[in-house]
Amino acid sequence: MKKITEVRWHARAGQGAKTAALLLAEAALSEGKYIQGFPEYGPEREGAPIKAFTRISDTPIFIHSGVTNPDAVVLLDTTLLGTVDVTEGLSGEGVVLVNTSASPQDIRKRLNINEGKVYTVDATAISLEILGRNLPNMPMIGALIKVIPILSLDTLLKGVRKKFGKKFNTKIVEGNVSAIKKAYEEVKSE
Amino acid sequence: MATIEAMTGDEVAAEAMRQINPDVVAAYPITPQTEVVQNFSQSVANGRVKTEMIRVESEHSAMSACVGASAAGVRAMTATCANGLALMWEIVYIAASYRLPIVMAVANRALSGPINIHCDHSDSMGARDSGWIQLYSENCQEVYDNLIQAVKIAEDKSVLLPVMVCFDGFIISHATERVEILDDEKVKNFIGEFKPQYPLLDLNNPVTYGPLDLFDYYFEHKRQQVEAMENAISVIEKVGKEYEKISGRKYELVEKYNLEASDMVIIAAGSTAGTIKATIDELKEKGINVGLLKIRTFRPFPHVQIRDALKDKLCVAVMDRSASFGARGGPIFLEIRSTLYEEKKKPVVVNYIYGLGGRETTVEHIKKVVDNLSKIKKTGKVDRLIDYLGVRE
Repeated sequence: MKKITEVRWHARAGQGAKTAALLLAEAALSEGKYIQGFPEYGPEREGAPIKAFTRISDTPIFIHSGVTNPDAVVLLDTTLLGTVDVTEGLSGEGVVLVNTSASPQDIRKRLNINEGKVYTVDATAISLEILGRNLPNMPMIGALIKVIPILSLDTLLKGVRKKFGKKFNTKIVEGNVSAIKKAYEEVKSE
Repeated sequence: MATIEAMTGDEVAAEAMRQINPDVVAAYPITPQTEVVQNFSQSVANGRVKTEMIRVESEHSAMSACVGASAAGVRAMTATCANGLALMWEIVYIAASYRLPIVMAVANRALSGPINIHCDHSDSMGARDSGWIQLYSENCQEVYDNLIQAVKIAEDKSVLLPVMVCFDGFIISHATERVEILDDEKVKNFIGEFKPQYPLLDLNNPVTYGPLDLFDYYFEHKRQQVEAMENAISVIEKVGKEYEKISGRKYELVEKYNLEASDMVIIAAGSTAGTIKATIDELKEKGINVGLLKIRTFRPFPHVQIRDALKDKLCVAVMDRSASFGARGGPIFLEIRSTLYEEKKKPVVVNYIYGLGGRETTVEHIKKVVDNLSKIKKTGKVDRLIDYLGVRE
């Protein structure tokens, strides 16, 4: 088994991929893990394709470059399919998690891959329903920890309450918590 | 008790500054250092420090204000990078020549032009002859640890020189990592109270800073600066040992990783030293052994320690994250080659210029360096003395 779990986030700037990548790392810290969370900074403009990375490990992490062979890829926006090679470097057992109303089977066809495991969740719908805004990043973390067991739901929710509690009111914090729980329940496998 | 936190390099630099609680901070924001100033300003605004924060209009003024404050007799700090450091230039030299123990965080970034906000070492490497001590940090933890040690190194009576604590822009400044934060009290006791040696405001013992100093004494003053730098070697070692006692983390002039196990060595400073460690661990499982010699201290250059570490080695690759245009290789390469010149038996030393303007340097790139070292070891032949890693040619 690989010592470090590596996650690569694909999104458009403004969708919260950086926040998600960092939050996942920070939440894992409370379980005594070693962590890294960082975005790839290009020209910063809303809507531009961006990447962010999370590494979680039981031992110190030395590497300081982007994730090229991810264990999991999280795609927040399907309009990037065909523009960005989101499955680049994904291992045979790797996980692809996509924010979409489409089925995992449909997404596999669009990704044009034979290996790996494909999961989908309609994080946008969940976010619009619960938060009233299209912020798919938090529900996507909920779905991710369901499909790769790197973190317990309890730990994640504690992390969200701690981080968001400093900045937002209870309604927003608990809205995010509900959105994460819902995505955790609703994520679909093939 | 120490606490474990998730922080970026910038956040942890600001946290170290909060604990150091300097009397004066004068700074101007510039990406990717901005969040150091932003986070520290919040500590000032929230009354968590007693620092007088001077919001200056440029980096030239930031360093000027630090020089004024430090000469007056208080502890002064700042932070900058790239073009900001370039704009400070004139005063950077003055701070060192006045022997002012100012500590500055530098989030290494490429110099313009063309405009590039990403990491390389051309900013601080350009300042290598300015008379500042330079410590390079591999990760967020080292940013924190180096900043705290820097205060004590700078203020040592036998040194009295300013210190730059360098860390890679974005790669470290904007990456969240696990860091251990010492208790406020512990840091306070470690750095101790600042006792200025020659404060300008001590009216009973009047002194002059920066008068005209022509062919009569200027040379002697420069000679003293050279000596202070030489003294810094043992002070950095001593402070490292003291810091280990309170933190449990070992700090030396250079760090050795798997060095004894191999006659092939890679030398690097900054975050890529970490990527090299990861590569070493991966290759070890395949039965390939290579060592790392990490340059933590570049000024003063620890030539004795490096010469000893490279004894009996066969081939060495020196990684430089900056180019010295027109020179025969990058700044670290030149120092290493010069260090080995007197040795009867010396390794083959090649140079890799890498990562300019933030060009990604991965495990795969380091493997190419190791492949080349293996080839040199086998054939004794060097194809390219100076090569460019990951460039399109």
